[in-house]
Amino acid sequence: MPTKHYLNATYGIRSWLLTTDHKRIALLYLISVTFFFFIGGFFAMMIRLHLLTPSGLLLSADTYNRMFTMHGVAMIFFFLIPSIPAVMGNFLIPLMVGAKDLAFPKINLLSWYVYVVGAAFTLYSMIAGGLDTGWTFYTPLSTVYSNSAVAPAVIGVFITGFSSILTGLNFLVTIHTMRAPGMTWFRLPLFVWAHYATSVVMILGTPVVAITLALAGMERLFGLGFFNPAMGGDPILFQHLFWFYSHPAVYIMILPSMGVISELIPTFARKQLFGYHFVAAASLAIAVIGFLVWTHHMFLTGQSTYAALAFSFLTFLVAIPSAVKVFNWTATLYGGSISFDTPMLYAFGFLGLFLIGGLTGLFLGCLGTDIHIHDTYFVVAHFHYIMVGGAIMGYLGGLHFWWPKITGRMYPEWLARGAAVILFVGFNLTFFPQFLLGYLGMPRRYHVYPPEFQVYNVMSTAGASILAIGYLLPLIYLTWSAFYGRVAGPNPWPSTGLEWKTPSPPPTENFETTPVVTWEPYDFHHRPDLGLDGSVNPSLAPAHGDD
Amino acid sequence: MHRTEELYGQFRTLEQQKDSASLGMWIFLVTEVMFFGGIMLAYAINRHTYFHAFAMGSNTLDLKLGGINTVVLLASSFTMAMAVWSSQVGKKPLISVFLTLTIILGFVFFGVKYIEYAQKFHHRLVPGRNFDITYCVNNPSNCEDVKPEELAVERKEIAEAQAADPDLNSHAQLYYSAYFGMTGLHALHMVIGAGLLLWLLRQSFAGRFTPQWNTPVDIVGLYWHFVDIVWIYLFPLLYLIDRHK
Amino acid sequence: MSEQVHTEHIVQPRTYLAIILTLLTLTGLTVYAAYINLGKFNIVVALAIATLKATLVVLFFMHAKYTQRRTQLVIIAGIFWLAILLFMTLSDYVSRIDYRGVRSPISRVTSRGTCPFS
Repeated sequence: MPTKHYLNATYGIRSWLLTTDHKRIALLYLISVTFFFFIGGFFAMMIRLHLLTPSGLLLSADTYNRMFTMHGVAMIFFFLIPSIPAVMGNFLIPLMVGAKDLAFPKINLLSWYVYVVGAAFTLYSMIAGGLDTGWTFYTPLSTVYSNSAVAPAVIGVFITGFSSILTGLNFLVTIHTMRAPGMTWFRLPLFVWAHYATSVVMILGTPVVAITLALAGMERLFGLGFFNPAMGGDPILFQHLFWFYSHPAVYIMILPSMGVISELIPTFARKQLFGYHFVAAASLAIAVIGFLVWTHHMFLTGQSTYAALAFSFLTFLVAIPSAVKVFNWTATLYGGSISFDTPMLYAFGFLGLFLIGGLTGLFLGCLGTDIHIHDTYFVVAHFHYIMVGGAIMGYLGGLHFWWPKITGRMYPEWLARGAAVILFVGFNLTFFPQFLLGYLGMPRRYHVYPPEFQVYNVMSTAGASILAIGYLLPLIYLTWSAFYGRVAGPNPWPSTGLEWKTPSPPPTENFETTPVVTWEPYDFHHRPDLGLDGSVNPSLAPAHGDD
Repeated sequence: MHRTEELYGQFRTLEQQKDSASLGMWIFLVTEVMFFGGIMLAYAINRHTYFHAFAMGSNTLDLKLGGINTVVLLASSFTMAMAVWSSQVGKKPLISVFLTLTIILGFVFFGVKYIEYAQKFHHRLVPGRNFDITYCVNNPSNCEDVKPEELAVERKEIAEAQAADPDLNSHAQLYYSAYFGMTGLHALHMVIGAGLLLWLLRQSFAGRFTPQWNTPVDIVGLYWHFVDIVWIYLFPLLYLIDRHK
Repeated sequence: MSEQVHTEHIVQPRTYLAIILTLLTLTGLTVYAAYINLGKFNIVVALAIATLKATLVVLFFMHAKYTQRRTQLVIIAGIFWLAILLFMTLSDYVSRIDYRGVRSPISRVTSRGTCPFS
């Protein structure tokens, strides 16, 4: 392990709270998003425990509404949206493009503080009794009739949105202007392409939810009337403005995870990614087409059939680039030399679960079926397959993959594999029954349900408990390994990105001298500088230890 | 990261730094386009649905003041562009002159805006607070700043509008929500802009800007022009609805 | 190509002068046009003039005419995305049947009931 690196370069709380080092800021974000993940998880447990019996076990109707609302708000705005970009994007993008830092390091730090201020407002809302409007804040419930702490939550989410905007802006400029000599666009890792696409979505979408929440907040606080029917306002207008962002927001949540998978699969199949250009183009296509489909959340609001048809068609269209990616990842596996390290287990989990989640999205995008399954547990299961089975698997896979780079130490491999399997089992037990529940007609956001649905609900809650263990294990062993894990070396896997040419952990300025890039990405056979020249089989070398 | 004079440590060259700053500001302005776009959409939908109320609301605005503000902002864009030019050709004293002129014009805008807002508060045209579009018409003694012939026209217009839209007051309140929302947001951006200009002025007095390094002037200029563009749209959308009546 | 050497084109003050005079003229024109009864087209004329003014500010005051392709792409993207927001939302409103008392000609076609061919 190097003697001087970014973690021990300077000491003291001020050196962390006033840092402009993208790697330290990434760790600040790691702590914040993990905190909110467990807050969201707490609310999830309350929901699942309550739903053990048909007439509800623990909570009143009103409190139940607050539980699912706070679960959604915490998870979406404070965990999923920042997760991979703010933690891994921040840490890795400068390393991957060959720069010393992002283009605007101080704005990077500002983005974290903005997140924290928004989080404080939202935490205040939770403590003041919570929010009961659903994370979607539909009007006029949220602006006029709700008796819960709407205003602080709206302010909190509004503020945190700017954290997203600043991060996206930083990434876009960095990727355009800070690439090292020789790092052309098509030599960039697909992780970078994925974050470029994500940043485009952040930049173009987040401001719209910002103005929407500002208007809703002003309606609640000052009696403006845009969304209040009693004053001639229009709830449908709110839905349009809200979903214009919130649909692309789901692509903010999945694109970075897809970027992680594009790094994991070539590494653990020891093979060049199949169809690099198509995967890069697909990321951009998802970002662009994703902005055209938001009205599919409003199929049941009285739309004309023709308008709904058009949006349904566009919704099917946006599935295509995602499918292209899945095909390319699969083709990468074919004929590869596959090893089942923990990050790869998460990648496999992603492939299967994202596939199911994505395909069930088509059921929802199809008008005829959507009429029956809209606002049921089918929707809940669909988006959890994508967001948990997809996004969070990618997040954990990436966290494990780059953990040695971030900390300089390896996590315990067998314990980590076990946790991944527990997560996979727990996840499916939690959410697969929900597809059945939704199809059978159980509505979402209800605190009671007909008795015939109890078996599936109990299965789901049992699964959630297993899932909880699956999440607690990495929290414990990753934290432990950061201090006591086996020293990893610069390139333990080995993998081919520029970040693996630096020591683990990297020095503050990342590179002693500006790197000059002469190689293509994911080339496992022509990289003598990494010891990968096709002659020695690296999987025989003791690259990583078992604990 | 270590900074050497004007070059920040994460950049390799001044060219790269300027390139990044410029791209960063343009991308930020795109976010502002989407931000204002959202409230423009709300305006568009409501104007379409409640045209009479919107026309009524628009006609209660003082076109003279709105026109002055439009001219003032356009002029300030000119002086800002001249400030950037001065920095590009190395005429340091001129930079300060043009920045000062821009700031002064900005403050004229604020002054006029203040007069307009104060008038609205006085005439009970603020949404939420006892909003009443008929207040001045029914209480001419409380609205001495409106001429009697204007009040007569307004009385006629309100009667016509109410015939077309019985719920005129609620819907007129929507117009004023749009008015205060859009102009308020715009004014907030101008305040930030004024702050940035004052920061620039301080650096300009210290002679910091050269043809090799004038990036802050350039990018604050971009921001200021954008704020001007927003007003270019706000003026006809808010002040010029159905004026030909 | 991460560092494009871009020689700055310096716009001359007389260009700026011409632009500001044009902008002021257009402002006068838009006020004048507001007092002519063009019916539905008042808003079209007003927006057209505003867009022309905005274009002049973007091209000349903000130097977009002389800037890199990349910047021009950013500008076009912003305008395009605003258009998506406005036009696609309006397309939903315009096609709804008798929505909030506002009946548009298109809704007569698009919202005739469940079967478009009945």
